[in-house]
Amino acid sequence: MLTAHWLYVMTGCLIVALGLRTALLHTLLLHRLIGINVMGAGVFLVLITVAYRGPGLAPDPVPHALVLTGIVVAVSATALALALARRLTAEQDHG
Amino acid sequence: MAETLIWLVAVPLAGAVAALLLPRQSTPIVSVTAVAASLVAGTLLYAVSEQGRLSYEIGGWSAGLGISLRADGLSALLLMMTALVALATSVYAAAYFNKAADRARFWPLWLLLWTSLNALLLSGDLFNLYVTLELLGLSAVALASLGGKTAAVQAALRYLLVGLLGSMMFLAGVSLIYAGYGTLDLSTLAGVVAAEPVAWTALALMTAGLLLKTALFPLHFWLPPAHASAPAPVSAVLSALVVKAAFYLVLRLWLDVFADLVTPAAANVLGILGAGAIIWGSWRALRTERLKVLAAYSTVAQLGYLFLFFPLLQALPPGPARDSAVGGLVILALTHGFAKAGLFLAIGIIQQRCGHDNIRELDGTAQRLPATTFAIALGGVALIGLPPSGAFLGKWQLIAASFATGQWLWILVTIAGSLLAAAYVFRVLGHAFGHQPYPQRPVTMAREEWPALILTAMAVLGLGLAGAPVWDLMEIGA
Repeated sequence: MLTAHWLYVMTGCLIVALGLRTALLHTLLLHRLIGINVMGAGVFLVLITVAYRGPGLAPDPVPHALVLTGIVVAVSATALALALARRLTAEQDHG
Repeated sequence: MAETLIWLVAVPLAGAVAALLLPRQSTPIVSVTAVAASLVAGTLLYAVSEQGRLSYEIGGWSAGLGISLRADGLSALLLMMTALVALATSVYAAAYFNKAADRARFWPLWLLLWTSLNALLLSGDLFNLYVTLELLGLSAVALASLGGKTAAVQAALRYLLVGLLGSMMFLAGVSLIYAGYGTLDLSTLAGVVAAEPVAWTALALMTAGLLLKTALFPLHFWLPPAHASAPAPVSAVLSALVVKAAFYLVLRLWLDVFADLVTPAAANVLGILGAGAIIWGSWRALRTERLKVLAAYSTVAQLGYLFLFFPLLQALPPGPARDSAVGGLVILALTHGFAKAGLFLAIGIIQQRCGHDNIRELDGTAQRLPATTFAIALGGVALIGLPPSGAFLGKWQLIAASFATGQWLWILVTIAGSLLAAAYVFRVLGHAFGHQPYPQRPVTMAREEWPALILTAMAVLGLGLAGAPVWDLMEIGA
C-alpha cells in the first residue's frame, strides 16, 4: 500500500507545483486565481492521503477537518477576488 | 484568568456582527467594543505578567480536534499594542469617515480585522494559524479596497492574490508537517521536529509564504500601492499591525518551534534580505513625492531591521546577551507599530485638509496643522531611532549584539538606514514649514489629531522611557 500512498502524495506535490507555476508566471488575473485554486487542490490531495491509516482502519479525522476548512477558505477568497475584479471591470467600462 | 483569552476573540467578533446587523447604531457599538477589547487586552497583559503563560481550550476540547488558545509574554505585548493602536484608530476613523454610510461599511470589517489579529496572536497550532492568517488577509483586502478609486481596487486585488499565494504556500508546509509528525500543535512540534528533509521543506514553504505576507525585500512589491491607496485608518493598521502578524509567525517558527533546524546560513539569508529592505526601502522613501508612499516604503525598511536580528540571535548562545537582543527586537517592532500608525493618521489629516499629500506642496502645514506636524515629527524620531524613542533602545541592542558576535555588516546597514531615515523625515519637515503666522491654538482638529499624537508619543516617550517591562515580559516564553 505504501506505493499507492506515495503515488497520491507525489501527484499532490506535482499539482501544487503546476498551480504555483501558473500563479507566478501568468499575468491574467483569472489564470492566476485558477492557479492558486489548483495549488489548493494539490495540498488537499496530500492532506487526504495523509489521513489513510491502513486497510480496515478508520481514517484520521483531523486532516479531513483541515481539508473542509481549507475548501471553505479557498471558496471565500476566490469569491472576494472575483467580486473585486468585477468592480474593476465595471469601473474601467465607465471610463 | 485563562478565560480572558476567549474574550479577546469573542468581544470584537460580537461587536463586528452587531455592527453589521445594526448599521445605524454601528458607531456607538464600535465605541463600546473597542474600549471593552482594550480592557481585556490590558487584563491579559497583567495576568501574563503575574501568572506566566496562559492557555485555554475552547469548549473543553483538547488540542487535536479542538482549538486551543495560548498567550505568553510576546503575544500579550503584541495584543496590547494591537488594542491601543486599534482603539486610537477607531476614535480617528469615527471622524475621518464623515458619512454615516461609509462608517457603517467600515466598522464590521474593522472589528473583523481586530478579531482575526487577536485570534492569530493567541493560536497555538499551525492550522488555526493558517485560518486566522486567511481571515486577516480577507478582512485587510476588503478594507484596503474601501478607498473606492480604481487604483485602490487594483492594489487590493494584487494584495489579495499575493496574500492567497502566501497562505497556500503556508498551508502546503502545514500539510507536510502533519504528514511527517502527525501533530500541528506548536509546543508538541517543538519537541519532535528533527533536522530532516520533510521539516526543512515544510519550514522553507511556510517561511516563503510568510515573507511574502510580511513584505520582506524583494517580495515587498505589493505593499506600497496597497498601503498608500487605502483610507488613512486602514493604512495605519495595515502597516502597524497586519504585516507584523506575519512577522510574528516567522519569529515563532524560527525561534521557538524549529529552533534546532535553523542553520547560520539560513539566518544569514534573512539578515541579508533585511539589509536589502533597509537600504532599498529607505532610498525609495527618500525619492518619492507622496507622503503616503513615503510612509509605506518606510514600513518596508523598518521591517528589514527586525530581520537583521535573526543572524544575531542565531550566533548568540542562550543567556543574558541573547535575552537582551530578543527584547530589543520586540521593542523595535512595538515602536514601529505605534509610530507608523500615528504617522499614517497624521498624513490622513493632511490629505483631507489639503486635498493632496505631495511633499513639495506641504508649504505652511506646520502653521496650519501644528499638532499634526508635531505628530509627524515625533513619528519621525521613532523611525530614525533617536533617543528617547523605543527604536533607539532596539537599535542599541541590535548594534550591541553585532559587536558581541563580530557581525560588522549589520552595524553599517543600521547606520546607513538611520541616516537615510533622518534624510526622508527632515525632507518632509523642511517642506512643512512656511511663512504663515502661527495659529492661536496648536490642536485644531481634536478628534483626529489626538489619536495621532498619542500613538507617536507612545512610540517615543512611552516605550523609550518605560520600555523595561518588555524585557521582563519576554522572559515569559512559550
